[in-house]
Formats: sequence, C-alpha cells, structure tokens
Amino acid sequence: MTVKYADVEQGSEIPLKSYRVTRADLVKYAGASGDFNPIHWNERFARSVGLPGVIAHGMFTMAEAGKFVTEWAGGPGAVLEFGVRFSAVVPVPDDTDPPLGGTTGGATIEVSGKVREKLADNKVAVDLVATCGGDKVLTRARAVVRLP
Amino acid sequence: MALNKEFVGRVFGPGEPYEVSRVKIAEFASAIGEPSELCRDKAAAQRAGYPDVIAPPTFAIVISMASTASMHAEPGLGLDYSMVVHGEESFSHSRPLHAGDVVVATTTVESIRAVGAMSMLVTSTDISTIDGEHVCTAKSTLVERGK
Repeated sequence: MTVKYADVEQGSEIPLKSYRVTRADLVKYAGASGDFNPIHWNERFARSVGLPGVIAHGMFTMAEAGKFVTEWAGGPGAVLEFGVRFSAVVPVPDDTDPPLGGTTGGATIEVSGKVREKLADNKVAVDLVATCGGDKVLTRARAVVRLP
Repeated sequence: MALNKEFVGRVFGPGEPYEVSRVKIAEFASAIGEPSELCRDKAAAQRAGYPDVIAPPTFAIVISMASTASMHAEPGLGLDYSMVVHGEESFSHSRPLHAGDVVVATTTVESIRAVGAMSMLVTSTDISTIDGEHVCTAKSTLVERGK
C-alpha cells in the first residue's frame, strides 16, 4: 500500500485526511510529551492569558501532520526532515464525546499534501497544508521523506 | 519584558543522558494517533531493519524540550513562559530514534529579536548518542507575546 518513489511525480497530490481532536487528546499528549502548559487543558488559565480558550499544543498539530506524512511514506522511519511554522492557534472547545454521551465540540484538523520535488537517493520533498475551521494552522510545512 | 540578548550564542548542556524506552515510544505514538506497528512491535521493527521499535519524527521534542527547559528557567533570560507560544519547529534526522538509544542533548541559543511587542527566541538542539552519533537536530522558535 505504501507509495513508491517511482510512482510519484512533482505535483502528485496526497489526499486530504481529517483528524478529530478533543481535550482528552490534549491531556494524553501533555502526558506523553511532558508539555504541561495549562493553556492546553485549563480553560480559565487559557482565557486569563488572552487566548480564546484551551488550544492544542503546536507540537500536537505538527505531530498530526507528521502522522499524515508517515502514513503516506510507509512509516515513521521515512521522515528525514520535517519543519513547520505555527500560523494560527487550534482552539479545542469542550466536547461531549463518548464517554460523555455525544460527539459535539472538539476540533478537526485537516491535512493534505503535494510532492514539491523529487530528489536523489529516493528522497522526495513534500509540501503540507493543515487547516482547522478554515484557518491555516501550519505554514511552510515541509517534509523530506525517503520512499522505497 | 524584553529577552536578554546576552544569551545569544550560549550553549546549555549536555544534560543527563535520556534513555529512549519502548513504553515511552508507544505512549507517544498512541497520544498522536500514529498507527505504525514499527512504534510498538520490536519484531516488526527488526524485520524493517531497525534495532528496536522506532519513534515518530516529532518524538525528538520530548528530549529537546527537556534540554531547552533548563535554559528557559534561567532568571537572567527574562522569559515569561505563560506568554509563550510556539512559532516554528523543525527536525533534521540522521536516523530515527529507537528504543535503547541513550542520548544527550545540547542546546545553542541562535538568536533573540524583538518584533513589535513580541520577542522571538530561536534555539537549536543537537541530540546525539552518548557515543557521539548524531541522531537529530531540532530547531525551535518560541514567541513571547507582548503584554
């Protein structure tokens, strides 16, 4: 299923995927990453520092875009270079997801990509677009991957 | 508060060695929804040519952030962490981190500049094994929002 170097060309599109994000995901990410900044889990604190509410870790959003790339490129080992600029915050409103009895609230991050350039040694440069609620949340999002 | 530009060029670390564990890789992969068995199944990772399970590319932030945190906490820097947002991040990997790696991180302050009421702090963190093999360089821009 993994894409092959021979199969891609400059301009090849990587189809969009949607990733749903809830506050539980941010709490999990805080624990896994060690980033316990309360703006990512405490509404009162987030508002007190001028934010619209709880926002996702920039690194969580970057990781979602990274997952998009690794799934396309055949695994986490394929990514050699990966860089982003965080251009907008990702507000994550309170939700009613199971086990709270619904599926409202939360946020959705949409990621798509395109092959910018085929490089030597089976390497491919990819441009990524990540949006949330129509806002670009990552710009200059680029990865270099090695394909089989 | 403006950041102290005398920090530019200063080097922090290497700190205590960090041992990459299978459990931490699996926890991180689960937290970001990375489905690859290469992050969870040692045999599968070895079939793919790795010594052990491998970390997702952004896992390196766990190690680089611990390294930069010691610098952020320096009172002389003047950073108000409650006003910090992440501006940019990039990773350049020589190879994936894998379980069993014992690595150290060294952070260099590359630049500090004011943009309007904001301050931008750029750091570069090299992550290498304790035997000196380069694994990853993480470059980070933090933005301290003005008050």
